[in-house]
Amino acid sequence: MKDKTDTDMSSAEKQPLRSGAQCVIDGLVKAGCEVLFGYPGGAVLDIFNCLYEAPFNFVLSRHEQGAVHMADGYARATGKPGCCLVTSGPGATNTVTGLATAYMDGVPLVCITGQVALDMIGNDAFQEADVVGITRPVTKHNFLVRSADDLPGIIAKAFYIATTGKPGPVVIDIPKNVQKQMTAALTPETVVMRSYRPDVPINAAEIAQFAELINNASRPLLYVGGGAISGNAAEALAQLAHKANIPVTTTLMALGIFPETDPLSLHMLGMHGSVAANYAVDHCDLLIAAGARFDDRVTGKISAFANKATIVHIDIDRSSISKSVRSDLGVHGYVKPVLEAVLPLVKPAEHTEWLEKVNRWKERFPFTYPKNDDALMPQFVIEQIDAVSEGKAVVVTDVGQNQMWAAQFFRYTRPRNFITSGGLGTMGFGLPAAIGAQFGRRGAPVVCVTGDGGVQMNFQELVVAVEHQIPVVVVILNNGFLGMVRQWQELFYDRRYSGVVLSQKGRAPNEQVAETSGYLPDFIKMAEAHGACARRVFKEEEVGPALREALASGKTWVIECIVAPEANVFPMIPPGAHVAEIINRTV
Amino acid sequence: MKHIINCLVENQPGVLARIVGLISGRGYNIETLNVGPTEDPTVSKMTIVVPGDSHVIEQVTHQLSKQIDVIEVVNMTNRRHLDRELILVRVATESHNARAEIVDLAALFRGHVVSVQEDSVTIQMVGNQETVADFLCLMKPYSIVDISRTGVIAVGREAPGASAAKG
Ligand SMILES: Cc1ncc(C[n+]2csc(CCOP(=O)(O)OP(=O)(O)O)c2C)c(N)n1
Ligand SMILES: [Mg+2]
Repeated sequence: MKDKTDTDMSSAEKQPLRSGAQCVIDGLVKAGCEVLFGYPGGAVLDIFNCLYEAPFNFVLSRHEQGAVHMADGYARATGKPGCCLVTSGPGATNTVTGLATAYMDGVPLVCITGQVALDMIGNDAFQEADVVGITRPVTKHNFLVRSADDLPGIIAKAFYIATTGKPGPVVIDIPKNVQKQMTAALTPETVVMRSYRPDVPINAAEIAQFAELINNASRPLLYVGGGAISGNAAEALAQLAHKANIPVTTTLMALGIFPETDPLSLHMLGMHGSVAANYAVDHCDLLIAAGARFDDRVTGKISAFANKATIVHIDIDRSSISKSVRSDLGVHGYVKPVLEAVLPLVKPAEHTEWLEKVNRWKERFPFTYPKNDDALMPQFVIEQIDAVSEGKAVVVTDVGQNQMWAAQFFRYTRPRNFITSGGLGTMGFGLPAAIGAQFGRRGAPVVCVTGDGGVQMNFQELVVAVEHQIPVVVVILNNGFLGMVRQWQELFYDRRYSGVVLSQKGRAPNEQVAETSGYLPDFIKMAEAHGACARRVFKEEEVGPALREALASGKTWVIECIVAPEANVFPMIPPGAHVAEIINRTV
Repeated sequence: MKHIINCLVENQPGVLARIVGLISGRGYNIETLNVGPTEDPTVSKMTIVVPGDSHVIEQVTHQLSKQIDVIEVVNMTNRRHLDRELILVRVATESHNARAEIVDLAALFRGHVVSVQEDSVTIQMVGNQETVADFLCLMKPYSIVDISRTGVIAVGREAPGASAAKG
């Protein structure tokens, strides 16, 4: 490998030369990086060497997937891009799930991966992997850097691409020799790309048409998605909803963008959404989709979704408009400026009849659950998190039933206070994302709601919280099952519980194992071994005090709640079904 | 229906893989794909023929436009354009008659005989999609030994600027 460092240095009198590795650090600083999550290895030694003096924090995760989820949680909690750094080969492949998670939910991330030297690429070198090839379908964009001269520009572009338009993860793959190479190239002040122009001018004709549709509607409904959160559209949304008395339902991704305590809020829609929200979709005559993408978990049977309504779809991602559900009017743009532009053209309206109808549904079908004298109900635990934190907790969830209960039984009132893997549904996301979120929101109470299955996928990251004194409170809803899968098996597969029993009892014939006494694993011992405080609770009256103590402690906590093993998430619209087929066994 | 989509892209390594990966990853088909330089060395032009209804094509165009390295996407099928494909086709000539017939037919299509062997003749022919299809249809009875096609290329016949929005 040619290493011309010394000869290049000799010309340093005229231009200050920097190594590629130094360009990485300087680029991160310029982009406002406060904390970098990552894991080292041979192919990033030069970057780690420069990192030693970097003016931002470095956080060593215990697995590269954890590092990406932390950067992701940080980004979702703050709105700023998350940053991570990993080595080549296995380090880079370990990031794939994290990148795909961020990609599906439009989360701005910049992930730097080391690569073998340029002249070794393609030779099956030690720890070589085709990272741009592997990550292409799960990133918004990626770069293989061929010269240190390009590096400052590429880093600036990466942040620009990650944070504008529909945000997303960007990978920068940097060969080892490029990290060592010296360059006089400077980090650019601004980025302009002829092939990427994220700013879309507002189209006045579209806005006028949009306003007319609102003014003529008698049963309008706002259906708001994650794009409204990344586009900081909460205020504009509230103004429009209140001016024309339009009820608001949000997707899982947008919980909190509109206060769920507002009389106009219908809570979440979709498979496990509120009955009122789903009925409203079915009955509305104008559906305004704002930064939402008609995910199949929202629409169910596509041909029957909102089929009495004119559909307006506002989205910054042009390819999202009319992708699955055909919209009558597509408004290409960021949610906030579009709503702000239409607002003055919208006439105040009462929609009394419509709101009365919607309110009757809300009263008749609230989120509720059966009381159980023998077992702690998981939904109760979520209500307690809301009560004890006075609604202020930043709730970060894992995936499964725990996620849906966290969505249903906490009343979210602020954007970025509910963080979840929506699009990819990545188990193992919750704990590292909660740690990342807390790094971005130091003073806020951060509660991770997770399952006994998912928490084991990245449990090792608890150490990171403890050593950095990150006071996340991890609430494990232990139901002894991969609960969400079990629920589907109960409802749609004759209760044939295959591959979902986490306890040693009651397994399928070909999964039998010897019964052990005690808890396996013992989450309390695990938590304590990682240096966290921990408590196991069984009864309703234990939940509040444990949460209160944990939230007040300023320490990392694990609260394991032994909950009803076969509680279900209702309401549920079966996959691909219409709202008429809703299952709502809540008593 | 088939659509001809012209894409101007940054002339950078990996762009072809990105475009092909996008189209296959989303379950669309590519019928032909042609890539070449343009008068600007930093820009390449891709011509992609994709079968599908208007909804599919709309999606393909938007997805292509969304790619960071794609500068412009134009669905040529929706506008006045010229399209051409070059084919080299080697046809078996079992009899003298067959050879004469094939050469005659080729002439009708402004094709050229580029090589003659004892048992076959190779024709070079250029035409738009329809003409090429018609010609190949007429060659079928003679048994085609080998065929190579460049894939369709297309240029617009109206003022530039009428292109799909980038976003
Ligand atoms: C990485 C990953 N693997 C598998 C799944 C499929 N899956 C979805 S929910 C679920 C069960 C989760 O169990 P647990 O963490 O105990 O949560 P619960 O549903 O019981 O609350 C599984 C296996 C997934 N979403 N992610
Ligand atoms: Mg479970």
